[in-house]
Amino acid sequence: MSDITKQSLSELIKNIKDKKLSSTEVTKAFVERSEKSKELNAYVTEDFSAAIDKAKKFDENPNLDLKLPGIPMAVKDLFCTKNVKTTAGSKILNNFTPTYESTVTQNIWNEGAILLGKLNCDEFAMGSSNETSFFGCVQNPIDKDLVPGGSSGGSSSAVAAQLTPITIGTDTGGSIRQPASFTGIVGLKPTYGSCSRYGIVAFASSLDQAGPMAQNVRDCALLHEVISSYDEKDSTSIDFKRNNYVKELTNNIKGKKIGIPKEYRVDGMPKEIEDLWKKGIDYVKDCGAEIIDISLPHTNYALPTYYIVAPAEASSNLARYDGVKYGFRADGENLIDMYEKTRSEGFGAEVQRRIMIGTYVLSSGYYDAYYLKAQKVRKLIKNDFDEAYKKVDAILTPSTPSSAFKIGEKTNDPVSMYLNDIFTVPVNLAGLPGISIPAGHDAKGYPLGLQIIGKAFDEQNLLNIAYAMEEKINFKNKITDWWIK
Amino acid sequence: MSKDKSEYLINRKDNQYEVVIGLEVHAQVTSESKLFSTSSTKFGAEPNTQVSLVDAALPGMLPVINEYCVKQAIKTGIGLKAKINKRSVFDRKNYFYADLPQGYQISQFKDPIVGEGKVILDMPDGQKEVGIERLHLEQDAGKSIHDLDPKNTFVDLNRSGVALMEIVSKPDLRSPDEVNAYVKKLRSIMRYLGTCDGNMQEGSLRADVNVSVRKKGTKEFGTRCEIKNVNSIKFMQMAIEYEANRQVDLIEEGQSIDQETRLFDTKKNETRSMRSKEDAHDYRYFPDPDLLPLEVSEDFIEKLKLEIPELPDEKKKRFIEKFKLTPYEATILVSDNETSNYFENVIKKSDVKLATNWIIGELFAALNEKNLEITESPISAGNLSKLINLIKDGTISGKIAKTVFENMMEGDKDPKKIVEEKGLKQESDPKALEALIDKVIDDNREKATEYKSGKVKLFGFFVGQVMKVSGGKANPQLVNEILKKKL
Repeated sequence: MSDITKQSLSELIKNIKDKKLSSTEVTKAFVERSEKSKELNAYVTEDFSAAIDKAKKFDENPNLDLKLPGIPMAVKDLFCTKNVKTTAGSKILNNFTPTYESTVTQNIWNEGAILLGKLNCDEFAMGSSNETSFFGCVQNPIDKDLVPGGSSGGSSSAVAAQLTPITIGTDTGGSIRQPASFTGIVGLKPTYGSCSRYGIVAFASSLDQAGPMAQNVRDCALLHEVISSYDEKDSTSIDFKRNNYVKELTNNIKGKKIGIPKEYRVDGMPKEIEDLWKKGIDYVKDCGAEIIDISLPHTNYALPTYYIVAPAEASSNLARYDGVKYGFRADGENLIDMYEKTRSEGFGAEVQRRIMIGTYVLSSGYYDAYYLKAQKVRKLIKNDFDEAYKKVDAILTPSTPSSAFKIGEKTNDPVSMYLNDIFTVPVNLAGLPGISIPAGHDAKGYPLGLQIIGKAFDEQNLLNIAYAMEEKINFKNKITDWWIK
Repeated sequence: MSKDKSEYLINRKDNQYEVVIGLEVHAQVTSESKLFSTSSTKFGAEPNTQVSLVDAALPGMLPVINEYCVKQAIKTGIGLKAKINKRSVFDRKNYFYADLPQGYQISQFKDPIVGEGKVILDMPDGQKEVGIERLHLEQDAGKSIHDLDPKNTFVDLNRSGVALMEIVSKPDLRSPDEVNAYVKKLRSIMRYLGTCDGNMQEGSLRADVNVSVRKKGTKEFGTRCEIKNVNSIKFMQMAIEYEANRQVDLIEEGQSIDQETRLFDTKKNETRSMRSKEDAHDYRYFPDPDLLPLEVSEDFIEKLKLEIPELPDEKKKRFIEKFKLTPYEATILVSDNETSNYFENVIKKSDVKLATNWIIGELFAALNEKNLEITESPISAGNLSKLINLIKDGTISGKIAKTVFENMMEGDKDPKKIVEEKGLKQESDPKALEALIDKVIDDNREKATEYKSGKVKLFGFFVGQVMKVSGGKANPQLVNEILKKKL
């Protein structure tokens, strides 16, 4: 069967279940395409031969009742994978191989999927362009020298370029939705507490959440169904009744109330984003949903709040990378000297910047003015959403304030880089689910995404709205395979 | 409390100084597994054999609270008559050290699990109440071993993540003796509760000691110094004594005291500056985002209250009221649960007064000599009870009983058997005693004549001779009676 890699996850599963394709054929196809796509630099670690072996083993005695029967899948290199190097995009973990598996990836393997390899990402998921990775930039398959977004840039690039049928990323301030938007794919950040954080290299514990990235909403729903589970090993995991997200997926969203927050009309928003949003509103109306203007008054404070809370937690979470127990160690005259050299050489500039910001805002004398105040504002932001959800079922916004930018364009301007997350960050601060779906192209032909924000634990409704809109939008990614010689 | 002779003051020229002490006791929670992981807490294992992925702070590992440790902390709080906080928060205390794998210690900073409470001390001149400021749960760090290699430090993480209770007293203590009494009382309460074994050799109980001095009669506190991590009561007392005198000397010389952290050098018997207030760590405390606030219900606390055994203060009261013990005797017997259990087992079937004397006197001395705990006593409560009954019913004299007791200390033998085997039964047959006495008088004719002529002091001599001849077995009371008649 030709063009295996062009098939969606759902198609691949059907073909494997119908025995039209074997896991080995599918796995080999993605391995071959991945081999030809090294220029994208999507992978940090390839596990191709092991993947083919596993596929062969699967085919010997295929369990076709599983949700991901023999499906090959590469995952973001922030998920710890047993016996496979896990770097978090950092030099400091360049030699680190876990002896354990993250809960989310374990859930995936339990449903029959096969690990292809580990995907590039911003160092410790800190970045919006994948440029902070120790393993170099990732190319956006849309165009040469275009960033794939970040931090799940290897993941977005790999799905858009069909190196993996589907993948998982993590989203702390937009790290799934923004790269999904930049590469023309679907990315879901679930409700905080929906997917276990056990075995995921931590960035900011109160914001981090794993989620699926896929070519379409149905695939996204399926993977979400697999990864979302209650886990006793994560004290912030929440035990709520999870849906059969695929089975319950419907494009009937008649009568749903969709909120349009006026505060998201930020100054200087490009006209094409404004137009995209308007188009989105039309699509929603076409589906029979009702549009309601709402206000989220503290939106303006979300980004500064995020850039206090996230670095604060990160500065503490990253203290364990000290050269003592595992990972990179630089020789030093004494313990302090070893710490300083290890962390100066082991961490990149952006990570060091955030550790310093975080250390500063937690320092005695500054704690109340920054961290404590940020936590209060965070509560206000959450209250805004709670208030809005009394009137609406979901909220529609653009995913990003612009399309993908060029590699190097923003590296020397961190604030402009941070502004990329302006529409996604409030969702993490409020712990809500958000999904980005491809909704159009800008003048350069680069994809643009729309974000739907849902109520906590209401992923089903979110997916349904995305599913209905997807049908109306009928988005086609413009990928020319320019990197394949 | 009366404040006269027992007051601990430091005298210099015309000035008298009072010492103000507050203790932060770190008590290891008795539990099978660690505070946030499932690895074992057993003492003495090979280095780094009781370390989980969480304890070693591997990437992506998350803490999960051990409910048992929470119960232990609440029980301790109840034992300290303290307020139990239904909502408490775990914070991260951030600092770098080789034996702190996470780069932070999970502790409780603003919202501890237990609030204010109190401990009553029995001092020679009466009772003294010491306020408890708070009790919070925290993780222990690992152990750095500096003396195995000239260039390297080794790290053992077995202790990393073990649950500790930090019990902070108010600055209510005024002397090394009170510190001694306080630590012992705290340990006793926790042993009764089974929440901390109080084993100082194994590091289950350590303290940071805050010391300041002030001129007698002043109300304001002086500047305090904190002496870190002192691991025996004796060292605490020595450190306080040294530190208080050092501070007084500084004041007398017109110098000021720097608020600082100090170390006690047990070899030189002195405290040394470790770091000044300016160099104090900025621990950047903030709520641990990996853990939700800890919430316990009224019901949860009430159920734990039902598990609280009779504690030393209540037991002491009962012993005084029910068994008519003196406060001194009761204090000693309730000092730990094992001793009071032993005592209560002995008196189940024997005389209270005799039992009290034998336990506090002979038994404690013998155990002390052999360096044994009461739980390791070669003499079981049952057998001591039998021995006391043999004395009470006149089968053996108190003196013979001591011989039997010594035999019993060599192994838990039934005292009746020892008495039979060694023929130590007391001779109480008047006829047999008369024969004995006749012989003694016969053998000491001259002395008998002297006695009769008025040298009454010689009576003692005759008693001694009779006892000697009988091998100590003659019933002393009967010997007295018969001798009086015969002489």
